[in-house]
Amino acid sequence: MPSDTGTMKADGAQTSGQFSTFFVADLFFGVDVLRVQEVLRFQQMTGVPQAPEVIEGLINLRGQIVTAIDMRRRLKLPPRGGDLMPMNMVVRTEDGAVSLLVDEIGDVLDVDLATYERPPENLDPAARELIRGVFKLKDRLLLVLDTERTVDLAVGRAA
Amino acid sequence: MQEDQDVIREFLVESHENLSRLDQELIALESHPKDAALLASVFRTIHTIKGTCGFFAFSTLEKITHQAESLLSQLRDGQRELDPSLVSLILETVDATRKVLASIEAGGNEGPDLYEDLIGRLRAAAQGSGKIENRPDSEQQPDPATDLHEGGGSAERADTAKPEEDTAKSSAVVDANIRVGVVLLDKLMDLVGELVLTRNQILQFNTEREDPALNTTSQRLNLITTELQEGVMKTRMQPIGMVWNKLPRVVRDMSVSLGKQIRLETDGAETELDRTIIEAIKDPLVHLVRNACDHGIEPAEARVRAGKPAQGKLSLRAYHEGGQVNIEIGDDGAGVDVERVKQKAIEKGLLRPEQAQKLGDREALNLIFQPGFSTAEAITKVSGRGVGMDVVRSNIEKIGGVVDINSLPGVGTTVKLKIPLTLAIIPGLVINSGGERFVIPQVSLLELIRLEGDSSEKHIEYVHGTPVYRRRGSLLPIAYLNQVLGLKSPQRAEAVSMVVLQAEDRQFGLVVDGINDTQEIVVKPLGKQLKGLTVYAGATIMGDGKVALILDVLGIGQRSGVLAQSREQTRSATEHKAQSAIDQQRLLLFCAGSFERLAVPLSLVARLEEFPRSSIEHAGGRQVVQYRNRILPLVSLREVLEAGGQVQEQTADPAQVIVFNDGDRSVGLMVDQILDVAEDAVTVRQNSNRKGLMGSAVVGKRVTDFLDLNYVLSASAEDWFQSKRAPANGKVVLVAEATAFARGLIRSGLDMAGYRVLEAANLDEAIRELEQHPVDIAVAALDLPPHGSAALRAAMGRRPEWKAIPVLALAESAEQLEAQAGQAADFAACQVKSDREAMLDAVARLAAAQPVTENEPVCVGEES
Repeated sequence: MPSDTGTMKADGAQTSGQFSTFFVADLFFGVDVLRVQEVLRFQQMTGVPQAPEVIEGLINLRGQIVTAIDMRRRLKLPPRGGDLMPMNMVVRTEDGAVSLLVDEIGDVLDVDLATYERPPENLDPAARELIRGVFKLKDRLLLVLDTERTVDLAVGRAA
Repeated sequence: MQEDQDVIREFLVESHENLSRLDQELIALESHPKDAALLASVFRTIHTIKGTCGFFAFSTLEKITHQAESLLSQLRDGQRELDPSLVSLILETVDATRKVLASIEAGGNEGPDLYEDLIGRLRAAAQGSGKIENRPDSEQQPDPATDLHEGGGSAERADTAKPEEDTAKSSAVVDANIRVGVVLLDKLMDLVGELVLTRNQILQFNTEREDPALNTTSQRLNLITTELQEGVMKTRMQPIGMVWNKLPRVVRDMSVSLGKQIRLETDGAETELDRTIIEAIKDPLVHLVRNACDHGIEPAEARVRAGKPAQGKLSLRAYHEGGQVNIEIGDDGAGVDVERVKQKAIEKGLLRPEQAQKLGDREALNLIFQPGFSTAEAITKVSGRGVGMDVVRSNIEKIGGVVDINSLPGVGTTVKLKIPLTLAIIPGLVINSGGERFVIPQVSLLELIRLEGDSSEKHIEYVHGTPVYRRRGSLLPIAYLNQVLGLKSPQRAEAVSMVVLQAEDRQFGLVVDGINDTQEIVVKPLGKQLKGLTVYAGATIMGDGKVALILDVLGIGQRSGVLAQSREQTRSATEHKAQSAIDQQRLLLFCAGSFERLAVPLSLVARLEEFPRSSIEHAGGRQVVQYRNRILPLVSLREVLEAGGQVQEQTADPAQVIVFNDGDRSVGLMVDQILDVAEDAVTVRQNSNRKGLMGSAVVGKRVTDFLDLNYVLSASAEDWFQSKRAPANGKVVLVAEATAFARGLIRSGLDMAGYRVLEAANLDEAIRELEQHPVDIAVAALDLPPHGSAALRAAMGRRPEWKAIPVLALAESAEQLEAQAGQAADFAACQVKSDREAMLDAVARLAAAQPVTENEPVCVGEES
């Protein structure tokens, strides 16, 4: 078991065992609750011309300017259906808060660390880069998102 | 434990402050070695550090300071005199102390270096005085009072600090002050930023509804917020002296290691700037000062040879001007050798040789800010360590500042930094493009231009597919923001809105969809994901709560390509600026034949006349007219300009004639039509190869040909100049002036007055003309390349046959004339270029002062 969670221990904050969950297309993701600053409905956004395409825009989070990254595009998934408004999952990163635009917000889940496993080798490269590992929940798989790598746009660019 | 840490931090803070004062005091001591108060203060500083070291058991530091203290106590007690070597030694001690303190700060211990060598030298120096001390004794000796406080560091500090305040004149009294962490101040500033934004939102909200109560409250909120903002900004303000403090030391070290004598003068050290800006300009300032010491100020012998005091002067000046702070770093050294700069630039591939020739001095000076440019041959150990002027410039521009350099050969160099007071809250212009709002920092904004209706398309022209706009006669490259940012363009708008922006030393127009208003905006950085985008400088939150991007003017210019392409154009624009004095002449515009727009300086024109065709007679194969009881010879401009082609007979009746007058002689120039009198500035000129034309230029937004009167009148009225020989005595005047255009104008005046004119574009050409032709009078521009007219005067002084030739110096402007007043003695006279009459008078006076000589006829060469 310690060897299984080895990758997670590298990240100091990741010890609570509680994950905020969300959906992007049919993928079920989790981010350690301690990393989540807040969850917001869709916000009005200011587009950034010439920015990388995964950047949806900038939002005003009580005076703080936060970059919003579209998770569908980040994971190279097909675009959201027309009337589906994304939700903002604002996560804390080393470089301040970043908002992840996701399809739907799920519950906060307590997970059994024993069910953790590295991501399967055959995962799509675009997703594999950003996924730390998988919790095998009873009815589905919870993908643990690597937020630092997600907000680092250099990651996955070559893939 | 925590308490201990706090005490140590306090000790570090205090010691650092003391040490920076020590630097200054020691430099001051060097010039006043007997100043007892200064000595006492220096002694006490070292002593305080030593005492506290004992308390914390920092033994290395204690040993260093102890030895220094022994030495200082001898100095203080007058047992020996201070000399530079001792000052150096003490400064070295200060440095060592700093290092140890830094190590304590970083790792909690004093670090591996025991500084035994330094301690040994200090001890040797102390013993060198003849008075041998043994260590335990001297430790007690200097100030018995401290022994009492061995047990209580804080009590001791309080004790020693008091007399310090009494004696150290320079240190500020700290009673009314408290120390506040910078982090807290930054946090406060952030909060005020939030408050400003919220205020903006409330104000907008207020305008949308009509609620008196809300109105009153929001107005109060507005006032209080503004005051709070100012107050908090003030807390972050620091005098620029904070940065200057370490410069005396830099200058001293430089002058010692370079073997030069340099005096540092500062003015305006109390000028305040935001601390983030202070931080940002620290390194550029030090670099500029080092540069000035190293490359600017000459060694003492060279200075004496040049007739300057052996001691060079380096002056720092700071002052507020229009919401900005200007910082000037000036030296009275040799100035920048423009030719060498050009040569270097060519060697480094930054410039093509043919470009270099055309490059004005100002542009050439600005080359030193180019990345990759370094006067490598002059690299010494002190400067040229990779921090080039380009880094200075980019650092200053990063904080919205501007760098400008001025240099006069032999007189010195001044670098001027224009810096905003603060970075956090700046005024900006809100514009629209592609349905989005953007903010342009006001500092980069020069003007707004709105092109209405049909004219808008006509005003924007294309050179090789690149859009340009004629702005007061000069071409302004244009970029479309929608294109730069890849935004959708709106339907063809009725009017074109353009903002004229300045980036580095260049200007360009940016076409936007709409211009809103100016606002105080709070600059927020962009996330890491967007850092790579050079077109944005940050973002801000608008009154409605939405985010707007702040444009980076330099980035926009570079991305759109206007800055890279505009080099040539702005060059001529700057040239234009330099010559505006001469170019601001009033011009008479007229047309003749296929030449739709011709110009002559109005000052040459005596009057405009109309003669009925029937009154024109023919005499001696020439057209003449009876005019004021005289015969006025007429010259048909069409015939002159279109010689060889089919000349259509002028049919306009009455004939339009421009009368040129000189003394008792007149000549009339027949033209098709008089168009206008223009007072426009003239730029983008081109020299013409066509006989009769001097060149063309943009006047009143249209291309206009300048008539070569000299040619036109002499071609048709041969006796025009012959008759003039008498008053001018056929004197030969050499006109030495860099630009062909200005030369042409000067020449035309002299021609008209009957002088024979030789032309030279630079020193070499002038010398050549002097060698080939006897010259009576020389007229030289003060800024004659490469080294000014003084160099010509000096060169002429070396040849006995030229020595007596008077030189009339021509200044660009009255200011330059004044600035050069010191040189006036070298010249026979000084005049402003644009004042033709004064110039002609001066030449006439110089001519009259000379004996009448019969010169060989000279052939007057054409230069272009």
